[in-house]
Amino acid sequence: MSATHVTGAVRSRANTGSSYRLTDRIGLGLAWLLGLLFCAIAAAIVVYFLIEGIRHLRPSLLVTNPQAGVTESQTGGFLDPLLGTFIIALMSMAIALPFGVGIAVWLSEFGRPKTLARVAESAVEMMAGEPAVVLALFGLALFESHLLGFLSQSTHGVVLGQSFFAAAALLSLVGLPMVVANVREGLQAIPSHVREASYALGKTKIATVRRVLLPAARPSVITGTMLGVGRVIGDTAIVLLLLGGTLTFQSANSVPVLGLLRGTGDTLTGYIYYNAPTGDGNQQDKAYAAAFVLMLMVLALNVGVDIVVNRSRKAVRWS
Amino acid sequence: MELRKPPPVRRLTGNEWAAPGAAPRPAPPPAPAPVTSNGNGHHPATSFVGPARAPAHTSIAIDRMQVENLSVSYGDKPAVKSVSLPIRQGEVLALIGPSGCGKTTLLRTLNRLTELTRGASFSGRIALDGVDIASMEATSLRRRVTMVFQQPNPFPMSVFDNVAYVLREQASRRPRKAAVRGAVNDALARAGLLDEVADDLDHPALRLSGGQQQRLCIARALAADPEVLLLDEPCSALDPVSTRLIEELIIKLREDVAVVIVTHNLQQAYRVADYVAFMYLGELVEYGSAHKMFGSPSQQRTKEYVGGAFG
Amino acid sequence: MDEDDFLEQSHGISQDQRAELGLGALVFVVVGLLLAMLGFVLHEAWPSFAHNGIGWFGPGGSLDQQIQAIINSGELKEAPVYTFHAWPLIWSTILITAGAVAIAFPASLFIAVFIVEFAPQWLRRTLEPVVRLLASVPSVIYGLAGVLVIVPFIGNHLITQGEKASVTPIIELTGASLLAAVLILTVMIAPIMIAVFVDGLRSVPRGWLEGSLALGVNRWRTFWKVGVRTVRPVLVAGTVLATARALGEAIMLSMVSGSVPFSPNPIDGLIFLFEPSQPLAATIIHNTEALNSPPMKATLYAIGFVLLFSAAMLSLIGWVVKRPMRKYGASYGVVL
Repeated sequence: MSATHVTGAVRSRANTGSSYRLTDRIGLGLAWLLGLLFCAIAAAIVVYFLIEGIRHLRPSLLVTNPQAGVTESQTGGFLDPLLGTFIIALMSMAIALPFGVGIAVWLSEFGRPKTLARVAESAVEMMAGEPAVVLALFGLALFESHLLGFLSQSTHGVVLGQSFFAAAALLSLVGLPMVVANVREGLQAIPSHVREASYALGKTKIATVRRVLLPAARPSVITGTMLGVGRVIGDTAIVLLLLGGTLTFQSANSVPVLGLLRGTGDTLTGYIYYNAPTGDGNQQDKAYAAAFVLMLMVLALNVGVDIVVNRSRKAVRWS
Repeated sequence: MELRKPPPVRRLTGNEWAAPGAAPRPAPPPAPAPVTSNGNGHHPATSFVGPARAPAHTSIAIDRMQVENLSVSYGDKPAVKSVSLPIRQGEVLALIGPSGCGKTTLLRTLNRLTELTRGASFSGRIALDGVDIASMEATSLRRRVTMVFQQPNPFPMSVFDNVAYVLREQASRRPRKAAVRGAVNDALARAGLLDEVADDLDHPALRLSGGQQQRLCIARALAADPEVLLLDEPCSALDPVSTRLIEELIIKLREDVAVVIVTHNLQQAYRVADYVAFMYLGELVEYGSAHKMFGSPSQQRTKEYVGGAFG
Repeated sequence: MDEDDFLEQSHGISQDQRAELGLGALVFVVVGLLLAMLGFVLHEAWPSFAHNGIGWFGPGGSLDQQIQAIINSGELKEAPVYTFHAWPLIWSTILITAGAVAIAFPASLFIAVFIVEFAPQWLRRTLEPVVRLLASVPSVIYGLAGVLVIVPFIGNHLITQGEKASVTPIIELTGASLLAAVLILTVMIAPIMIAVFVDGLRSVPRGWLEGSLALGVNRWRTFWKVGVRTVRPVLVAGTVLATARALGEAIMLSMVSGSVPFSPNPIDGLIFLFEPSQPLAATIIHNTEALNSPPMKATLYAIGFVLLFSAAMLSLIGWVVKRPMRKYGASYGVVL
């Protein structure tokens, strides 16, 4: 029997006071305060760029190229940088997507020997955490070597090492972890009885992956790609070091597409960096306009991801 | 229709619990004891002695909670319709009925957990020791009326921390480990778990077996020193051996706390309950002593349910 | 249906085995790239480390002069000069990163708790997409906002003329400062932490929270003692992620932290917050034109290697910190 047992009447309790102690109240208050503060800051950032962007964005900016000039009205728009953003996004994801899906499939469905799997996981994680500057330095070392010199211009025997190819190659490393993480999650969410049903029909593992699992994980592939693109178009460091920073495309030779890709150019992020007060160009208005366009792209990608996720949540029922 | 008798089940008496190592003795068949009752099965609060059971240490059943005309609805759907019941310390009250009859909702309303569901609305009154529970702070109420859930849900901490949880969160300043050790051991003893975990109270609670985890949850609920203990189908996820241990525990606990147990297992109710409330589609069909409800219920529907005609 | 969907033996290697080898090759490529990165960067950086030894990390001399000397020696084709004492850069990195994480961590935790448990439904539905949006905003945009709004604000409204005058011989207080860097970096890494924390807190089994509430513990305490305590590994993971981000942030910091390799001194009092500095990553960005000069190149690669190594170490530290936390938890399927 409990020593504190009392028969009959209400047991007296030492603390019948309010159940919310002072520290609890402070904690709750702090949570509310910070939550609302966060809303305010987020709203401020969004509103600020919205206003400044609308003030300074003119459609002509989107279709004219940067030109040499002195005042804001003379220096043209940012067509080439805008195209540059699209080009590196396309190129880098063209590499990151197959690699990412392949690695995700391997990690999720094969994954032997175990040590290699763990090393691979850590490698992808470490890649995701590496600063972009360091990736850029690595890329420079790689592409300046004569082995890969054909991918960029070379003058007087010195390989420049800066081109769309170089930038896209390193940016694919930036987008890769997103693809791997999302596709892996998508594959692991598929319950095992689906795989078992396929194997029971005599299909090989790889056929199951190709025809059953990957189609089912398609939303994850899409979100992974979109998130990867988001990271790629937001990167500035790799672009600064590996793309040459020429405001218009400077093709390496006269071959139509390859020459362009072997040549230098710029992206929106590089353009913004250049035109910020701390950069050489120092044209704030252009920077605002370009920043606005970039924000819209990022916003569009996020909305796209939300839509895909919501639709997939409603669509698939694994029972 | 021939009414089938409930299957013969061995009734647990208090004697068996007293000697845990002894081989279980077959109990004598329950001798029908004369009980004074009125038509609806209500008994006066005093002088109740259950049939063929070791007499309780307190022969007085103390009124703890009173449910008066309670109705609970989720949105438009009524879950509980105008139920009135007494809940007394010294007795085990079993709420039985088929799925969806509202017994779990009723149980969860006793400690105001149904408030947390969106769209829930109530009418009627529940009193704890005479005080309307709606007028108390919910957290104070829930320390006096604690609950054990169907799925054992010990916290991801050590056994000691689980049981000490309530004690630590109740006090105005976090008590030192030595100060709560006594109460923790006490609660574990009352839950019948102390022998099994005494050598390592820092053992992670989630590594215990299912039955041990559930007894840990009971110990945790007892550490709050509640007046009423609510059990929501506590054994439905457990194996028969653990079930038996917990049922013996419940009978022993009724001396100190009022016990309300929801169960869909008629045999369990038969073994454990002193009073039974049968609910159907939200209404309280019949309330009476276990002996009466299982032997000679006055309502036809009760007869059918208890006889296994539906479930 | 293709014939090669079904089991088929060809030359002793089955289709699955071929696939496994093929995909495994992809894995090897990526792992190889990571190792190659470590190798290449270290190789390029070696001259700088070799010449300076452990003094590379220490203080000594004017960093501006040292950098100039290094660049000159390369461009003028003289004997290469590698003398470099990076302490001011390291100190700046430590201050800015530690400051940002120290503010962002508790704030993010409270905000995440707020979002998961206490925010009203309508607020929650707007906050979550906003968090994800902020986490994906490019750093150059944060830098732009910083240099156009925060830096002028600090420079014109927070720093007094007197303070500016007091340090004129040595440095210039323009508003590009420690304070600006820490503030903006905090706002940059907080959404990352919040997103990770919210995911973790969401996956706490409701049974535990309900059990705590049913024992009479109030909502705040329940969530804190059971929910937050359960997800401690997630807190570590989120912090490691955010710290790695903060460490490697080059673009934004190069715009707002002031491009002077100066060591802010806490003894200076309030001015300490307004002093400019230059963290490691930003130094690389500032000197990209000098990459042609071989000694400077080695120096910059050395800085890069320090960053590379730190990021890798962070993951390791995170793993080490998480291990003892598993003792009381269950493997209930939460990715921790």
